Amino acid sequence: MNSTILIAVLAICGIGLAAAIILYIVAQKFKVIEDPRIDEVVEFLPGAHCGGCGFPGCRALAETIVKRESLENLNCPVGGKEAMANIAKVLGLEANEVEPKIAVVRCAGSKSNAPHKSSYDGASSCAFAQMLYVGESGCPYGCLGLGDCVVSCQFDAMSIDDETGLPIIDGDKCVSCGACVKACPRQIIEIRNKGKKDRRIYVSCVNMEKGGPARKNCSVACIGCGKCAKVCPFDAITLENNLAYIDFTKCKLCRKCVSECPTNAINELNFPPAKDKPNEVVAVEA
Amino acid sequence: MNLITVSGSPHLHGDQSVKKIMWGVVIAMLPAFFVSVWYFGIPALLTILVAIVTCLVAEYLMKRYILHEDASLSDGSAVITGMLLAFNVPSSLPWWQTMLGAIFAIGVAKIAFGGLGKNLFNPALVGRVFLLVSFPVNMTNWPVPTPNHWVLVDAVSGPTALGSLKESLAKGEMIDKISATLPSYQNMFMGQIGGSLGEVSAIAILLGGIYLLYRRIITWHIPVSYLLTVFAFTGIMYLVDPTHYIDPVFHILAGGLMLGAFFMATDMVTSPMTYKGMLVFGFGCGVLTVLIRLWGVYPEGVSFAILIMNATVPLINKGFKPKKFGEVRNG
Amino acid sequence: MKTFKIGGVHPNENKASANQPIEVVPVSKIVFIPVSQHLGNPAKPQVEKGDIVKTGQLIAKGDGFISANVHSSVSGKVLKVEEVIDYCGIRRQSIVIETTEDVWEESIDKSAQIITECTLTSEAIIEKINENGIVGLGGATFPSYVKYKIPEGKKPEFLIINGVECEPYLTADHRLMLEKSREIMVGITILMKGLKVNKAMIGIENNKPDAIAKLSSLTSEFPGITVHALKVKYPQGAEKQLIKALVNREVPSGKLPMEVGCVVQNVGTAFAVYEAIQKNKPLFERVVTVSGKLLSKPSNLLARVGTPITDLIEMAGGIPEDTGKIIIGGPMMGRAASIIEAPITKATSGILVMTTKESKRITPVSCIRCGKCITVCPMGLEPYLLAKLSEAQMWEEAEDDRIMDCMECGSCQFTCPSARPLVDYMRVGKNKVGQIIRNRKN
Repeated sequence: MNSTILIAVLAICGIGLAAAIILYIVAQKFKVIEDPRIDEVVEFLPGAHCGGCGFPGCRALAETIVKRESLENLNCPVGGKEAMANIAKVLGLEANEVEPKIAVVRCAGSKSNAPHKSSYDGASSCAFAQMLYVGESGCPYGCLGLGDCVVSCQFDAMSIDDETGLPIIDGDKCVSCGACVKACPRQIIEIRNKGKKDRRIYVSCVNMEKGGPARKNCSVACIGCGKCAKVCPFDAITLENNLAYIDFTKCKLCRKCVSECPTNAINELNFPPAKDKPNEVVAVEA
Repeated sequence: MNLITVSGSPHLHGDQSVKKIMWGVVIAMLPAFFVSVWYFGIPALLTILVAIVTCLVAEYLMKRYILHEDASLSDGSAVITGMLLAFNVPSSLPWWQTMLGAIFAIGVAKIAFGGLGKNLFNPALVGRVFLLVSFPVNMTNWPVPTPNHWVLVDAVSGPTALGSLKESLAKGEMIDKISATLPSYQNMFMGQIGGSLGEVSAIAILLGGIYLLYRRIITWHIPVSYLLTVFAFTGIMYLVDPTHYIDPVFHILAGGLMLGAFFMATDMVTSPMTYKGMLVFGFGCGVLTVLIRLWGVYPEGVSFAILIMNATVPLINKGFKPKKFGEVRNG
Repeated sequence: MKTFKIGGVHPNENKASANQPIEVVPVSKIVFIPVSQHLGNPAKPQVEKGDIVKTGQLIAKGDGFISANVHSSVSGKVLKVEEVIDYCGIRRQSIVIETTEDVWEESIDKSAQIITECTLTSEAIIEKINENGIVGLGGATFPSYVKYKIPEGKKPEFLIINGVECEPYLTADHRLMLEKSREIMVGITILMKGLKVNKAMIGIENNKPDAIAKLSSLTSEFPGITVHALKVKYPQGAEKQLIKALVNREVPSGKLPMEVGCVVQNVGTAFAVYEAIQKNKPLFERVVTVSGKLLSKPSNLLARVGTPITDLIEMAGGIPEDTGKIIIGGPMMGRAASIIEAPITKATSGILVMTTKESKRITPVSCIRCGKCITVCPMGLEPYLLAKLSEAQMWEEAEDDRIMDCMECGSCQFTCPSARPLVDYMRVGKNKVGQIIRNRKN
């Protein structure tokens, strides 16, 4: 009886020992020598693998940072300032200031602004609707409202507003990873500066048609009249292909263009109502 | 005029729908249902009703409060699960055990996977196996069928044909001696044998199966390959040693094989999608069934065989792809 | 009876206009002629605003190898050359012509007399097909002459003529075969000469017994041409399926019919070739079936390219009150129109008016893995899987499972009991995978 137990115990121990030796040999033989700092950097990255930094996954960014020994032009939009500061500390590098950014939907073709001319019935996929035809509103540039961007968002920051049929972006959750920008078949979404106090001004239209056809489908389309560009004191607005574009690096949020636009195509976000305190504009600038 | 609709091609849809398929299966189960009520009387009717109602209520509640989706029951899949589960238990099973089985079937085997179409295992069979391991005594106590038996009390109970066969073989008796104690083929065909509610009558199941084939709800591949495999395998064993192995016809008619082959192995959700895969699936079911029946602990192996094969379906779907048009042959 | 082997479905035929003779649509006041009515590069406009053009005059020249000439379908004054919205709402370069009296180019023979003799050489025939802007009229609008430029090392054996018309509702080819049978036979003979083959097979589904009988009766006069009745099954009109049905050869994946020694051409194209070669008439008009359950007069109409869709529907009894969808082409592969003032093109084989009830798709439910889509797929694909891979954006896996073989015939979605939008997703997948493949090549 005793010997049976002994044999069993010894056998198990023997197998264990043999396995341990084999594992050790294999581990030694196939060892990959890697900069240990990569792991340290990865520690500070959020691990969302969203690709917002332009690299496939967090590890790829970490490898690049360690390899280049510099943080220039490298930024994790999800981890933000904090993560980059930590990484800089660990590697003894200088952290570069990156303005926080956010995704912006540049279409205001809601159901009331751009009434539907046909009704789409099919797979809930913008990519497919784009292949099929112009879309319900008839605007060949406007939002299709089928939510490819919502599906692409890993951070649950997007949703389709039932009333307008347009996507809304939750500023608190958006990390400006740019997944929605890639998902949108009509290039409507843009990553822009978050702005002081979350205030942003942008042209809420990407229609490059001439004024007439653009207005035919949507009452708030940019008609490319150029009034905004003329009124802008900072040279931030350019006009190309019948479409105005506000350069967010130059825009000082003075709001002059907003009131100038004849079709209300320029959108301002998170500003106090303009009529009550006209002097506010100056305050914002400061 | 309304807004014009725009959608992708095709702009036509055939007359098939999930609803039609599911209710078609229910219709196909009716002959077996009537036979079971005829032989086992009111208790059978009650068992079936309890199982169906429990499945419906469980599906409704779980869909609504767990999956948070439209809790429509009109697709009829819960009715099938309830009916099949009831077909797989003896009529003498206490009603609360039937209910437990039904809740388990819907909750664990179906909703936990995400609802209709996403389950890996046949819910009714999972429910039955759950009951079999939880209440083995009640689940293997079979009331003797009495035609036109309309009383609530089950008087006599006895073993199934497979059960008594296994028992006698275990005692070391020879087949020729045992055969005398087994029910006649005619009784087995018509359903006058002990067993679960729905499995007793081969002819009723065959009728239902033919209806399913006629409506093109199932194809012949799974039932035929399943039954043929069982027939061939047991036939070979019978030829090898007729004193220890009973003839293949008995195996085809006994137990839940017919019910399994036509109604449970063919469940669309849990069976392979290509013809080749279906044949392999049926073959696997057949081999496993015979293995369990001849050399296993349980007298009956259909449910286990199908459940085990259910688990292999994703693999079969991957391994047995359809022949593609214009595929360049090697060589 | 012959047919293709794997897959296929049987939609209700609903060929309401089968007994309606072809009627001529009056020329519209203004026509919009898109310069891109074919696969490949758009043609380059040859006229300017204010130019006076005659019917049949070249107004846009094919640009590159795969492209086709476009001819004026009316005579009148060019109003403008600019982007005009097509029936999908997409802007396309078009030539807008205000019509005056219908004056044809002098070279066109307008008489009804049938000319059987053709003395041109093979090369001259191909050149003339190219000049006259002939494209495949079955739906894909592939420039026809390209098919006759035989690649090195290949030898054509059969000319296959597609008279299947497997799409429900459509009867344009059927009527053409009945009314222009002799012309079609001459056209086929010319094509055989162009291709240098001595065998041509016409495949016709046996729901058109009159067309089979009519063309069969002419075979004795035209040596080398045989007529074959085919079992009714959709999508038999697809090139690869038709070749499989008629000569039992499978075109390898991603290859052209030439690979198995066949060239496929539609009966409508054969007729257009007859007119181009024997009558010097470029392709500027075609037969269009206008049908639908609500239309008071489903018809087959001979219409000039560029005529607004509404004009054709008007001829068939006007747009009914309960219209829910208007389809350009057949109900299985056609495209839904959102702009019905848009013009018809060389590709328009039919215009279908659907009721509101027919137009709405059935709400999809979850896939029950019944495998019916696999059973009916004529290409032997797994549509449920491809649609899922495409939805999950797993492009590489989709490519491995041969998503590019899908021809969007719609059999899977037609059959799907769960009414899932399989084709929608597969088209997204094909688009993406196609891009990936092109990028890889570059």
